[in-house]
Amino acid sequence: MSTTPQRSIISKILQEDIKKLANEGERVDGRAFDDYRKIKITTGFVEKAEGSALVELGSTRVLAGVKVETGFPFPDTPDEGVLSVTAELLPLASETFEPGPPNENAIALARFVDRGIRESKSIDMKQFCLEPGKRVYMIMIDVCVLDHGGDLIDASALAALAALSTTKYPVYNMVDGQAVKTAELKPMLLREYPIATTFAILDDKLLLDPSIQEERATGTFISFISLEDERICAVQKNGLVTITESMLFEAIRISGEKSKELRRLLFPRGDVGGQG
Amino acid sequence: MSKFVEDRQIVVPGEVLAEGEYRLGENVYRNGNRILSTMVGLTRIDGDKLSVIALHGFYMPMNDDIVIGIIDDVGLTHWMVDINAPYPGILRASETFGRGFDPTRHDLLDELKIGDVVIAKVFSFDRTQDPVLTLKENGLGKIKDGVVVSLTPSKIPRLIGKKGSMLNIIQQKTGCQIIVGQNGRVLARCGDKTMEDLAIKIIKVIEREAHTSGLTNRVSRLLESEIEQREVGKR
Amino acid sequence: MSKHILIDENGIRTDNRRVDELRPIKIEVGMLANANGSVYFEQGKCRILAAVYGPHEAHPRHLALPDRAILRCRYHMAPFSVTERKNPAPSRREIELSKVIREALEPLVMCELFPRTMIDVFIEILQADGGTRCAGLTAASLALADAGIPLRGLVSACAAGKVDGKIVLDLNDTEDKEGEADVPVAFIPQLNVFSLLQMDGLMTVDEYKGALSLALEGCRKLYDMQIEALKKKYLETKVEENNQ
Repeated sequence: MSTTPQRSIISKILQEDIKKLANEGERVDGRAFDDYRKIKITTGFVEKAEGSALVELGSTRVLAGVKVETGFPFPDTPDEGVLSVTAELLPLASETFEPGPPNENAIALARFVDRGIRESKSIDMKQFCLEPGKRVYMIMIDVCVLDHGGDLIDASALAALAALSTTKYPVYNMVDGQAVKTAELKPMLLREYPIATTFAILDDKLLLDPSIQEERATGTFISFISLEDERICAVQKNGLVTITESMLFEAIRISGEKSKELRRLLFPRGDVGGQG
Repeated sequence: MSKFVEDRQIVVPGEVLAEGEYRLGENVYRNGNRILSTMVGLTRIDGDKLSVIALHGFYMPMNDDIVIGIIDDVGLTHWMVDINAPYPGILRASETFGRGFDPTRHDLLDELKIGDVVIAKVFSFDRTQDPVLTLKENGLGKIKDGVVVSLTPSKIPRLIGKKGSMLNIIQQKTGCQIIVGQNGRVLARCGDKTMEDLAIKIIKVIEREAHTSGLTNRVSRLLESEIEQREVGKR
Repeated sequence: MSKHILIDENGIRTDNRRVDELRPIKIEVGMLANANGSVYFEQGKCRILAAVYGPHEAHPRHLALPDRAILRCRYHMAPFSVTERKNPAPSRREIELSKVIREALEPLVMCELFPRTMIDVFIEILQADGGTRCAGLTAASLALADAGIPLRGLVSACAAGKVDGKIVLDLNDTEDKEGEADVPVAFIPQLNVFSLLQMDGLMTVDEYKGALSLALEGCRKLYDMQIEALKKKYLETKVEENNQ
């Protein structure tokens, strides 16, 4: 069940200001329409996790952690490991986030980030089988939003990817039907590096990486997750407003270019074709 | 009577300022014989009166305060206004419709909609009821242009300056009209965008450095040099 | 009997501390953009974020009290904060700790100044290694100060315990799991009162008193650090130089 959300408070003056500037080709913080804000990525933030990354995108802060354990496979994929992605919009991140179970926004965010990793076949899940039908590795990614400054999708997807790409997980062996943890650690090998790019849709303009003010001014976004060769593995429109075909194609073009910039932040030496 | 702190010293909640029969100013409380700070802030010693000027606080409405509010809810007989305080402001329909207000004929949305920005005055507030606002004075009412900047409410006095000195300097040098809301919102109405950006920048500088001395001179010099730079840029 | 030796023959613990030493502490005040007050707190391997919103209108409205503000406190652990992933849904332990922390903060806050409002305190454990309720409470107290909410003072919290038969200060995760007793304590110096008092394990009355007194020493050391952290934030402002 889903209900039309409350409007978030933004003054008409600010909203008109954002629109007026957009018509003149400008944004409130002086960025170009297709510029990202300043990004800082810190991996290994949580030592106890098998992998972790803190992403600071403008004033948005997202922390992702990866835990690798063992468990039962899904019945329809008995020889594959299990991947799960959850997201929490922590109440400390915004006065609009209430404590409680994940709401539709948190769940939609998690599922979108999940699709990026899963549909791109970034991880070879067949490598994570211990005993078919009985025991497999569980790769559990948890994204925690710590400060909501806009564009949670891109920050969350980036944090999840950065955490995964630096994950070192313990190797388990099956001994008498039990999964036993060894002292050996293996790095997580990724075959693809899916990157999310999100645009706010303001009348007929596309604003990449919307700040929180821009988000409140429009309420509608289009996000893409793409790979290094520009193939797309996930698309999502969020919000009440609609989009034309020409805007859509323009957004796809920009996201192909811009996602490469983000990918380079994680892998500056350019070995982005995957290691698997 | 003994003092443990100097004037303009940074103190934290629970820090003992003095012992004895001092008068209590703001943000201090008495515990037995001792007077303690309730906030992180700068001490102010005024003879035998002890206060702490909070460095980072929120706005509590007081009667006669000028505030800048955003309409965030509309009912049959009043609007609810976000005044950046723990309590919402109440604006009664009679404020814009006058005595002849009739809920069966008049629609509040015709006058003020959600998201509209108003300059209002706090008409009455005691903590048992939400603050009642009024628009019935010169200069009050719906705002149609300009930019609204937010800053920590406790720094507003610094923005105004002694007898308005700081505010005058900013207005003179930028040519902007600046209306200051006690609730930490400031409206800047400027002729051009360059001056508007400059006014916003200066307000942010004042917020960051409110607790330092010599600020008025520094602001004056900064305004001059920034304006000069922008003039040079234009040529 | 513990599985490992937790204190060796020289009185050195598993993380190279003496029995009366606190773990290394790092405190950063005011680093979240949205929260009214925020603190990032490290104690040994514990990494904790505390944030405060308010006072604001109480919601749901019927929870509001006519003569004072209400406190709403949430202690929560991130799923990746512990060795075995924790389900994000609140556990019974988190619910109990939320209550105990809220009650430890209540005497501190001048709630009677803001009737009918609500003050939110959120404590998120990003990485846990023993003593998170105390570290979270110490951080929360600072976050309230950072939010500009009038306080009677500050609360500092620290645990002591019994490990390998000895009374030690500030248990890490191994000591907490394998030791004989854990005594978390919170103290408000201005009111000279304990506001959090718990214990679990097995001790004689004398051992308990010893642990209490050692924990109080830990609280005092933390209190000095809290004051320094609050003052540091404002002493660090740089003056914007004119570009000549």
